[in-house]
Amino acid sequence: MDGITLVPLLGGLFLAPLLAGIINRTKAFFAGRHGQSLLQLYWDVFTLLRKGATYSRTTTWVFRAGPVAGLAATVLALALVPMGAIPAALRFPGDLVLFAYLLGLLRFVTVIAALDTGSSFEGMGASREVLFAALAEPALLLGLAAVCLETRSVSLSAMLAGVTPRTWFDQGPALALVAAALGIVLVAEAARIPVDDPTTHLELTMIHEVMVLDHGGPDLAFILYGSALKLWLLGALLVGLAVPVRSGNPLLDACAFVGGVAVLGVVVGIVESSMARLRLVRVPKLLVGATALALLAVVLVLR
Amino acid sequence: MVIFLLGISVLVTSGVGALALARTRWASPVGAWGAVAGCALALVPSLQALLGRPADPLRLPWSIPGGTLSFALDPLSGFFLLPTCVLAAAAAIYGQEYLAVSAHPARVGGAWLWYNLLVASMALTLAAQNGVLFLLAWETMALTSFFLVVFERDKGNVRRAGWTYLVATHLGSAALLAMFVLAAGVAGSFEFSDFVRLATESSAFKSLIFLLAVVGFGTKAGFVPLHVWLPEAHPAAPSHVSAVMSGVMIKTGIYGLVRLLVLLGPPAAWWGWLLVGIGVTSGVLGVLFALAQHDLKRLLAYHSVENIGIITLGLGLGTVGLAAGMPALIVLGFGGGLLHVLNHALFKGLLFLGAGCVLHAAGTREIDRLGGLLRRMPWTGTCFLVGAAAISGLPPLNGFVSEFLIYLAAFRGAVDAAGTVSVVVPGLATIGALALIGGLAAACFTKAFGIVFLGEPRSAAAEAAHEAGPPMRGPMAVLAAACVVIGLFPAVAIRVVLPPLQLLAREFVPLAAAALADMEDTIGMIGVGALLLVAGIFLAALARRRVLRGRAVEATVTWDCGYARPTARMQYTASSFAQPLTSLFRLVLRTETHVRPPAGLFPQEGALVTETPDAFREALYRPAFAGVGRALERLRLLQQGRIQLYVLYVVVTLIALIAWKLR
Repeated sequence: MDGITLVPLLGGLFLAPLLAGIINRTKAFFAGRHGQSLLQLYWDVFTLLRKGATYSRTTTWVFRAGPVAGLAATVLALALVPMGAIPAALRFPGDLVLFAYLLGLLRFVTVIAALDTGSSFEGMGASREVLFAALAEPALLLGLAAVCLETRSVSLSAMLAGVTPRTWFDQGPALALVAAALGIVLVAEAARIPVDDPTTHLELTMIHEVMVLDHGGPDLAFILYGSALKLWLLGALLVGLAVPVRSGNPLLDACAFVGGVAVLGVVVGIVESSMARLRLVRVPKLLVGATALALLAVVLVLR
Repeated sequence: MVIFLLGISVLVTSGVGALALARTRWASPVGAWGAVAGCALALVPSLQALLGRPADPLRLPWSIPGGTLSFALDPLSGFFLLPTCVLAAAAAIYGQEYLAVSAHPARVGGAWLWYNLLVASMALTLAAQNGVLFLLAWETMALTSFFLVVFERDKGNVRRAGWTYLVATHLGSAALLAMFVLAAGVAGSFEFSDFVRLATESSAFKSLIFLLAVVGFGTKAGFVPLHVWLPEAHPAAPSHVSAVMSGVMIKTGIYGLVRLLVLLGPPAAWWGWLLVGIGVTSGVLGVLFALAQHDLKRLLAYHSVENIGIITLGLGLGTVGLAAGMPALIVLGFGGGLLHVLNHALFKGLLFLGAGCVLHAAGTREIDRLGGLLRRMPWTGTCFLVGAAAISGLPPLNGFVSEFLIYLAAFRGAVDAAGTVSVVVPGLATIGALALIGGLAAACFTKAFGIVFLGEPRSAAAEAAHEAGPPMRGPMAVLAAACVVIGLFPAVAIRVVLPPLQLLAREFVPLAAAALADMEDTIGMIGVGALLLVAGIFLAALARRRVLRGRAVEATVTWDCGYARPTARMQYTASSFAQPLTSLFRLVLRTETHVRPPAGLFPQEGALVTETPDAFREALYRPAFAGVGRALERLRLLQQGRIQLYVLYVVVTLIALIAWKLR
């Protein structure tokens, strides 16, 4: 294994909570507040790791295993995602399927841990989560399929390395459609506005947050960190596609990538500041729309 | 071959023995251990065939016209025999305990006769090399499983389920009979070895044979819209029989289709498209209908339709690959489809056995009346969780490996075909369908596991549930372990698929060598990923334990929003969990909701009932069969119930015959 391939993994592990910080600072700026520290999520995670735990008497080992298995799945998924042209530590034909299904595993364990509490709020969140995820999955995989067709490769590292300014010149509209589809998937999967509101405090309206209501202490630390990683790795796909800086110099590429992620954080923050959450019954339309965009991209690539 | 036939005779004699001992307590042990011994014996030649040392074929003359007693176990038969023997033996051990508390002790002996004959006829179906012999074994399989389905025949819905099954399976058999007669007419005999002559026939004839096979074998396998018997018959049967029917019996349909693909020679491209189309519809509709169910076994039965769809997607892509001459597509498509046959037998068998334990312990299959069973039944719950994760295609379990291969076939096909629409479109359809199926299956199994095993019990029966005994836990543990092992070491598991794959790849075998090597490399990486995942989970668990050491770990109540008197009935139910999905797909599902709202100033009670009958049964078969019934009613004219009229018929017929003879 090449040492450089560890950069995407380690970069994600260390920088992911920063992305959440950027989003929060952007939102604070638009609200006219000073806002929390950029490093707030790091502190939150450390504080939680130093706490004890409280469990509901209804729960079983499934509830305790959920955050553990979820974090492991997310970290492994991170090992599959390249930083633009810098290849990932683990890459092989079809790794994009493993990537998608590791996120599926994360969702599965989060949902059953939520159902383990027997709380109707958490059941509500779980029910919504599985619906949105089922609709987001085709958009993600068909969007990636369009990139596969364009770059003639079936591994995430090769696919994103194959997206160059030249590709954008030839297939700009198709890639833009894929980016839009992936953007919607990111918003849905990472539980951001307009699909889910991470700051809401009404159990009835939450999706992701309500599923982790009963988690605390180190478990919650795992979940918060895992969510930050998930946002990072979906963002990494989007940035790898949208910022085709392929200079051949790893340092320059990495800087462009991190810069791209920071811009993504600002964009997500602006979206969250400027629009309201969609009504829950509207969300499926948005996700089916993303699938339609991905299909259109495929057609454009094939043309 | 002698060992194989010995296994069959052990199955038959132990079945007859169980019937003879029906009044004694020996019926179950004789039947069950006879089944285990027979399966173990039949497994030996199956493994030999897979290891490249197939037993000598056997052919004996037979008095039936066109029939010979010819058996052979080539790698394809051997491959399908493997899950059949394993699952049938595991289910037999389980069934011994399961039937012990049956409400009908007098029927237990008969049940073992039918069970052992069912297993024997499945094995014979897989080994038969003659069309007549195949059809006889096929028919025996249908009839024996029918008698098992109607085990609880005092219940009206069980009798109706049995009736539906009997009608469906015979419609399928009719198509197969036509197919074999047509094929034998051209080939000159009913021997499969002569059927290879079909390969040189006109493509129109071959296509006719193929279509008849899709209808005939597809009825058994459960292709939408021929699946209607499945969600009726599987829940009605005793659980260990449901496991065998759903896990392996419906796979004989897949076996027949694959066997025919081997015999028919180079396929037309549209056969592959048809199979992919069937796979997409069966997969998506199967999982959608499963989501809307709240009977645990009915839900699992619909999942069999979904998984048959996934298998068919793999076979379809392989066929497209054969027609287009793309080795990667052949290897990955057929390889994934065949591996999914094995995997589905393991996890679906496991899930049905788990559902049987739940039924056994709580006395109901209604998901909405269960809950909190993981605390009461830790073994069953854990095994069911493994099965649920495996069937959702999640790493690091076996379901992921086969679905991954089919995905990779689709991606590879779409990328390598360089814009050839005939390959790209099936590939993309597969990707989109598998993605949707995967998401919906995860939704369905978080529901099934979460509502049944987690939370608080929703009824007194669930509250009082108890763990199943060791004879029921053991087979589940073995199947669960097999799911984990295949998931962690897929490179070893894939080897059982390679011999039948060689048979299917035919003239592409030399070309496919590179594709095979590629597949084994990739599968190796999947294994690495699975092991890394397990290591990661282990490390994270260790880290959690370490940070929690010496800290306070308290127990309290679930966050109830400050509400003073929460009850277990306030939890989310299977129906409420699936409601957003069922309402989104209401056009297909047509869920019926009956509400009786609470009324009056002091409302006492209200009721909500939702049910999702099979849309195809309601919209397609019910009107069609009603029409047939009306048409046949006209014949009532002949049968008035008057003896004088019947005597008149006899006389008229006699006179007509004499007149004809004397003419």
